[in-house]
Amino acid sequence: MKLDSSQAVYDALKKAGIDFIVSVPCVNLGKVLKMIECDPEITHVPVTREEEGFGICAGAFMGGRKPAILMQNSGLGNSVNVLASLFKLYRFPILMVISQRGTLGEGISAQIPMGKATSKILDALDVPYFNPQTPDEALEVIEKSWKLAETGSMPVGVLLNITFW
Amino acid sequence: MKRIDAISRITGQLKDELVICNIGFPSRELYHVKDSKTHFYMMGSMGMASSIGLGLSMSTDKKVVVLDGDGSVLMNLGSLVTTYNQNPENLILVVLDNGCYGSTGCQKTYASTVNLKKVAESIGFRKTFFFKDEINFNEVLKSKGPVFVHVKVEKGNAKVPIIDMDPCAVKTRFMKEVKS
Repeated sequence: MKLDSSQAVYDALKKAGIDFIVSVPCVNLGKVLKMIECDPEITHVPVTREEEGFGICAGAFMGGRKPAILMQNSGLGNSVNVLASLFKLYRFPILMVISQRGTLGEGISAQIPMGKATSKILDALDVPYFNPQTPDEALEVIEKSWKLAETGSMPVGVLLNITFW
Repeated sequence: MKRIDAISRITGQLKDELVICNIGFPSRELYHVKDSKTHFYMMGSMGMASSIGLGLSMSTDKKVVVLDGDGSVLMNLGSLVTTYNQNPENLILVVLDNGCYGSTGCQKTYASTVNLKKVAESIGFRKTFFFKDEINFNEVLKSKGPVFVHVKVEKGNAKVPIIDMDPCAVKTRFMKEVKS
């Protein structure tokens, strides 16, 4: 049976040992967020704005947690300075699971500009990112992305396109 | 009271509490007053002090004291809402309010017309303090968090040098202290 996309993301977060997640919802992340909320091993903090979430994750990491942020790519635009002058400057790791809107299959025109800008912003910040296309790929890539973030003491992004779901 | 005196009085009443200090002159003044392994000095990401403190307080049993400013708390007001909802008992959020953006030339902030203690109370913070001439921080330390502490201070920065520590060294030293 084909692995469900949301299940694959959740399973990968668990395999990576992620135990602290901040989130701003995206419709495509809805199922994953429900799974996380029901998991007693994961502290889930819904935040008012993604930038705030990054700050919370930096604090949680200093307290010994393995942090991730779940957000839409629009949230990346809200978080450029915190990524540069907190995460890059102090070398904090974080796994960024990003619902990549404005890509193939997008029905809302407002999502297109950030969709086009996302990879360029990540490149400008020198943040590595990966773009798994299937649940099986995501299972592997998400777990390895956290390992890379931890080893390199840096943020690492995983972009999940509309067609992924 | 000058801000550096407020910082000195607060940290003088601390023992092993963890301190997250706001970007700019507040961190420089704290570093000058007293450097400690329990201090995390912010050198960037204005507005994030309360968020870093929240994440840390949710991940340690130790008491966490955030030294924030009025300008930076206004930049991240949502943090107060998240903090209230997460309800960490070990978090003390201190706002050193000089009514202006002190590190950039003292341009007025809206804290001169909006009472930040009342903002915190309206969000739901059950324990809030206001200090102006004296700071009884022992009383604050005894309170169950999250605690919001509004300290009115004078405008102006002390003549103190920039912090000569590497940001990563600040983080590494601080993390060792969190674990100990």
